[in-house]
Order: sequence, then C-alpha cells, then structure tokens
Amino acid sequence: MKGVLALLRSVRDSRRVETDGGTVEERSTVRRWLDSDIVQSAPFWFPPFLLMGFFVYAAIGWNFFLSLTSYSGFGDPDYSDLGLENYTTLLSDPQFWEATRNTVVLLVVFTVACLAIGLVLALLLDRKIRFERSFRTIYLLPFALSFIVTAQFWRWMYNVNNGIINQVIGVFGLGPYNWLGDPRLVLGAVIFALVWQFSGYTMVIYLAALRSIPTDQYEAARVDGASTIRMYWRVIIPQLRAAMVSASVTLVLFALKAFDFLYATFDGYRPRKGADILATFMVRESFGKSEWAYGSAIALVLFAVSLAVIAPYLYNQYKQGNL
Amino acid sequence: MSEESVSVTTEAAEQSWADAIDFQRVVLYVTLVGLIGFYLIPIESGLVTSIKTSEALRTTYPFIPPGLEGFTFEKWQFAFNALSRGLVNSLLFTIPATILCAIFGSMAAYGLTLVDWRGQIAVFTLFIAGIFVPYQAVIVPLFEFWTQYVQFDQRLSFLWALPLLEQHHATILELIITHTAYGIPICTLLFRSQYKTMSWEMIEAARLDGASVWRIYRRIVLPLSIPMFAVVFIFQFTQIWNEFLFSLTIIGSVNDPAASATLILSGLGEALEGVDYPLRMAGAFITALPTLIVYVLFADQFAEGVRV
Repeated sequence: MKGVLALLRSVRDSRRVETDGGTVEERSTVRRWLDSDIVQSAPFWFPPFLLMGFFVYAAIGWNFFLSLTSYSGFGDPDYSDLGLENYTTLLSDPQFWEATRNTVVLLVVFTVACLAIGLVLALLLDRKIRFERSFRTIYLLPFALSFIVTAQFWRWMYNVNNGIINQVIGVFGLGPYNWLGDPRLVLGAVIFALVWQFSGYTMVIYLAALRSIPTDQYEAARVDGASTIRMYWRVIIPQLRAAMVSASVTLVLFALKAFDFLYATFDGYRPRKGADILATFMVRESFGKSEWAYGSAIALVLFAVSLAVIAPYLYNQYKQGNL
Repeated sequence: MSEESVSVTTEAAEQSWADAIDFQRVVLYVTLVGLIGFYLIPIESGLVTSIKTSEALRTTYPFIPPGLEGFTFEKWQFAFNALSRGLVNSLLFTIPATILCAIFGSMAAYGLTLVDWRGQIAVFTLFIAGIFVPYQAVIVPLFEFWTQYVQFDQRLSFLWALPLLEQHHATILELIITHTAYGIPICTLLFRSQYKTMSWEMIEAARLDGASVWRIYRRIVLPLSIPMFAVVFIFQFTQIWNEFLFSLTIIGSVNDPAASATLILSGLGEALEGVDYPLRMAGAFITALPTLIVYVLFADQFAEGVRV
C-alpha cells in the first residue's frame, strides 16, 4: 500500500534534476497535466456547466426526441417509433400559422417601439437634469414588476366599462372599445402594455452607452460647426449601435416569453382570437390539451426562432472579442 | 482682434443661448413629468382601485382616490390571507436559488477567465446562449423529468419526519434546482464582465508566489467581487420572484401547498361573472412588494444588473 502511494506521488510530483547549469525542476507529465489551465480551472466552471447543461441543453435534446414521437400524455412516450408527423401536422394547422403571424407582428412592433421610445427617453435624460435619478427609477419601475402583476393593471386599464382608456377617449367622443375582446384590437393593446413595461429597460441600455461616448467627440463635432440634429445623427446614434443590438436581442426574448402576460390577461390556457402567439399555443397544446409531442414540436419552432436571433448576436460578440 | 472684444462676443452668445436653453428646459421638464404620468398611471389606478368599496368603485373614476367613506382595507386583508402561503413559498425558493446562482456564476466566470484554451470560447458561448433559451423550449422535458422520473416527494420521503420539513418542500427543492440552473448563465455573464476588466497583476503575482487557484479565488477574487455579488443578488432575486412558467408547470395547481405567490395571484378572485378587480389589485401589490422594496432601495444596482 505504502509502495503504491509512493509510486503515485512520484508520478504526480516534480523531480529535481541535476544538470550542468544547476538543479532544474522537471515536471512529470501528470504534474504538467494537473498544473495545466484546463484542469486547474475545471472545478470552477464544470459543476455549474453540468447543472446548466443538463437542464438547458439536455432538455432541448430531449424535447427534440419527444417532438418526433406521438406521445399524448398516457404512459411513457414511445421512442422507438420516431417520425416527423407532428411537424407536418403543424404546417397544415391554421392555428399555428395564426400564432406565427402574431408572434412576428409582436416581435417586430414591440422591439422597434421599445428601441425608439427608449432612445428618446435616454436622449432626454442624457443632460444635466435635476432629479435625473428619480426619473430614471420611475421609467424603469414597470420592468421590476412581474408579467402577472402588470397584466392585472392593464386588464383594468383596458376594461370595457370602467377602464381608464375608454373613459379618456370617451371625452373625445370615441369608443368604448373592447380592447382585449376584439380580435382586431387585442394584439395592439397587448403590445402597448408590453412597451410600457420594457421601454425603461431599453432606456437604461442606451443611457449606459451614451455615457461611455468620449466627450471630445462632441466637442470636435461642435467645433466643426455641426448642428444639433446633425450631431445626433452623425455622432451619437452611430455610437449606439452595439447597445441597440444587445437591447433588441433581449427584447425579442422578452417578447417570446410574453406567455405569462397573456396567461394572466386571458385567465389561463383558453385561446384568445387575435392574441395567440407561439408561446401560448405551445403551452396550451402541452399542458391544456396534453398533446405533449405536438407541444414539443411547437417548442422547437420557438427555439429555432430564438436561435435565429441569437446566433448573429453571438457571432458579433465573438468578432468583437467579448467572448 | 483684441482679447476684450472676444470675451464680449462670447458673453453675448452665451446670453442668447441661456434664453434658448431655458425655454428648452421648460419643455424638457414638462415632457419628463408627463412621462412619469404615463409610467405611473396604470400602477396608481391599481393602487386606488384596491382600496375602494364597491360603491366607490362604481361611482368614481378608476384613477381618482376614494373619499374617506369610500375607503376600505378589506381587499388587502383578504388578498394577504390568500397570498401569505404563496409569499412564504416564493421566499423559500427565491432566496436559496438566488444565492446558489450567484455562487455558481462567480465560480464559472472565474474558471473561464482564468483559462486560455481554445475550447474556452465554446464553453463560454454555451453559457451565454443559455440566457436566450425560451423557457417554453424546455418546459415539457422539465415537467416530465420532475413528475415522471425524479419525484422528489417520494424519493425524499424519509425527510418528512424531520421537524420543519413538509412534503411540499420537495416541490420547493425542485424549483430551487431549476431556477439555479437557469440563473447560472446570466450570473456568469455578469461576473465575467467584471473579471475581464479586473487588474490581473495582483493575481499573477500571487500565482508566482505559488498560491493555488482556490486560494486566489478565496483571497483575491471573492473580496473584489462583493459589489458584483450585490448586483447579481438584487437582479436574480427579482427575476426568480417574478417567474411564472416554472411555477405554473412544476407546481401545477393554485391549490397546491407549494404554490408560489405569482401562481396564487394568477387565480385570485376569479368568479364566473368576471374578476374581482380590487382584490386582484391588492394581490398584485402584495405579490410585487418584495421586488418593489428591493428595487426602490437598490435602484442603481438593479440598473447595473439589467445592462448585461
């Protein structure tokens, strides 16, 4: 036993070797391997990686196999009979196309509106303003609330009889509209509420970027006699491109996750005409109707959409050396 | 041109500029205050509605506070009774998950900043990409995993004999693990953004003195990242507290003893003829209270966490 331990230690440890130039430490192969960066750092990143990888990446893989089965909630899924039926059904399902269309509209309108309003807010606040911190805190406040909470507020705002919005437009002789009940209005109403919740977030991203622009650039432009509008357009906006990219990636993901908001606004899994997005469609098929395999197929489409957004973003980050 | 005339012309220019700026400033402040209205009115009208009697609710505008005779605290009491169980449950999984996320995130970020091998970029990319995975894309396997394959409530049943531990804590444990796994990516990114800008001279010096990676982490990196820990705690606490889909699917039912605050709120005051709005509003404020307190007290750290 002692001999084995000694042998192991000799394999592990360095040896001092006499050479012409004095004693030199010679590291054994094992020692060199143990000292290498990858082994030294692995105890730090590997356990979190394992935990995260299992619940994120393994789950996505599992989801993929599940989407190839015909599992509908009884017993165990049959993994021996895999096929693409779920995806072909999906392509001929009108509800899927409506959900996809609504998702695209939501993504585009929501992201563009948040980027624009957030930019205006940030430019307004990026001066020497009293109470600047208080303004910032209030504009970002809705972002700190959960979808379930903000949905309650907006249901009340959009209420047909007592809602503030109908009462305000009633002053001008308009309405009342059934904002959340009318299929033509509901998506717009939802997007408006989501913009209210997330424009403060975009503002914070922009403000940080604006603060990092070196002031000599402003001065150089001013010396050159640039007008204010020209300065915004030529000097400030181009510097915000990185912030714009990172903000729009996160906004797209918030929009893909807007399920919580719709669930709380429309009380559960029931479909709401005009406001069915891929996320609600997926959860309804899986948890509402127990069509697990079909739901998994929709989930993968959703994942593909988010992958299409993040892949260019990650590539961009890689090129800039941020990874 | 003499020096005097230069100063005179600049003064005159400044004078006219000052007038223009003053006018601009007025418009600016009016806009900023108007925007406060836009961001606060939904919240304010919710607050006002939650303290109205049904009589006052019918007769006053939704954003006008009720008079003394139209004021009642009844809904808040009712909502608090309905939600208290959920508030305790939410704290039980939010706090441990937040702490675990921060620790794992810091470790992963340190491990990945330390190394310099090609695969490191790939591993870090996998961490970052994890932030952007929609929960819907994993929720069915997660649900299957916790309900069909692992079933903590049966596996850990020997624990329920202990005081303070009850069967529904099995579900809480599942939520802690799930939230930790999903919080690790964002926490890693936040910590790494700090570690990349950290001065590595001290660490190199410690390395040359023969300090182990663990020692460097404990003695140098951890103390320096305390401010980042504050940011991560605050941001993650809010995120996990506000999360809904995991609660909905892993817990499953509003009536479950493990139901979280957001889950109970989603079914609060529901009736056939409609929703009891004042009750929902009171419930919304009670549910949001912990995050609101954290947000108002630590607004700067929160904003820091938002900017990944």
